[in-house]
Amino acid sequence: MINLIWLLLLAGGIFYAGSTGRIEAVTPSAIAAAENAVTLAFKLTGVMCLWLGMMKIAERAGLVRLMSFIIGPFIRRIFPSVPPNHPAMGAIVMTVSANMLGLGNAATPLGIKAMQELQKLSRDRETATPAMCTLLALCTTGVTLVPATVIALRAAAGSTDPAEIVGSTLAVGLVAATAALTVDRICRALYGGRGR
Amino acid sequence: MFALICELLSAWAIPLVLLLIPLAGYLRRVRVYEAFVEGAAEGFQTAVRIMPFLVAMLVAVGVFRASGALDDCVALLKPLLSVFGVPPELVPLALLRPLSGTGALGMTTELLASEGPDSLTGRMASTILGSTDTTFYILTVYFGAAGIRNPRYAVVVGLAGDITGFFMSIYICRLLFSP
Repeated sequence: MINLIWLLLLAGGIFYAGSTGRIEAVTPSAIAAAENAVTLAFKLTGVMCLWLGMMKIAERAGLVRLMSFIIGPFIRRIFPSVPPNHPAMGAIVMTVSANMLGLGNAATPLGIKAMQELQKLSRDRETATPAMCTLLALCTTGVTLVPATVIALRAAAGSTDPAEIVGSTLAVGLVAATAALTVDRICRALYGGRGR
Repeated sequence: MFALICELLSAWAIPLVLLLIPLAGYLRRVRVYEAFVEGAAEGFQTAVRIMPFLVAMLVAVGVFRASGALDDCVALLKPLLSVFGVPPELVPLALLRPLSGTGALGMTTELLASEGPDSLTGRMASTILGSTDTTFYILTVYFGAAGIRNPRYAVVVGLAGDITGFFMSIYICRLLFSP
């Protein structure tokens, strides 16, 4: 499926540009995007190191266990294939916590860490397991208690009440997460229980 | 009052986490500096591992946007979605949101400037940005870092969340903020 989407974006874009006389826009945009990808990857490295360092301290101090105690029961229910004491569970708990607190730049490194831990539980190295798809569903919708970026954006635009969208964001996030998890369950059943 | 608390919270959230974790670690007799460096070392290989995945995805999205195909999809979808009560100004944001995080951020900034942050459209745009995420970026980076080449049905799951988030934002904002 990802192959088709990728081809559709790339080949579709080139055909479209060709047919509307914008073909000269393709080369610079492709080159710029490729360069941009490398910059982005390196930018992410610094943030990644920062939060993985923090995560290690939190782990040793027993803070991860504390968070697991609070939201663990809920997480264990949606990730039945992950053993409760596996490091993957701790990483998932930290990702969800960071997402909820609106710590966007912490959520990505922790999510990556969680995905790598889930990979250790997988038998097939190149195919996503059901647990990985569930984690993606949780991370792309994300129930956010404090949407910090949006509040800052609205304050900068001169809003009289920048934080008034906190309620609507939380409500929408809950519904979207429920929808994504539901679709995830349906797809999991359709695709059968290959892998774990 | 509530707004002030939220603003304070968004300014203090990261500094507080950066303060409390090492502090709690120190009190629990963790060798904080050594533990930090040990954890941070794992971060480095990730950059190299995700690079090919990021190049693949960003080039495809970049070419698609530059070709004008995205703009014309927007023009095509506008009349269709307005039947469902979607303001036409929000259609570009809906299509861009799962593809490009910086693009969606820029577009929301623009919308807040042109429509006003306290207009219904401005509130809808804010809610969309706050409640959904850049599905394709997350898919690329998370799965790339784990070396997963076949994401199976994860794309469908992510997009289902985005579509629900978009329509629910419009519905709930209408419910909450309509005069």
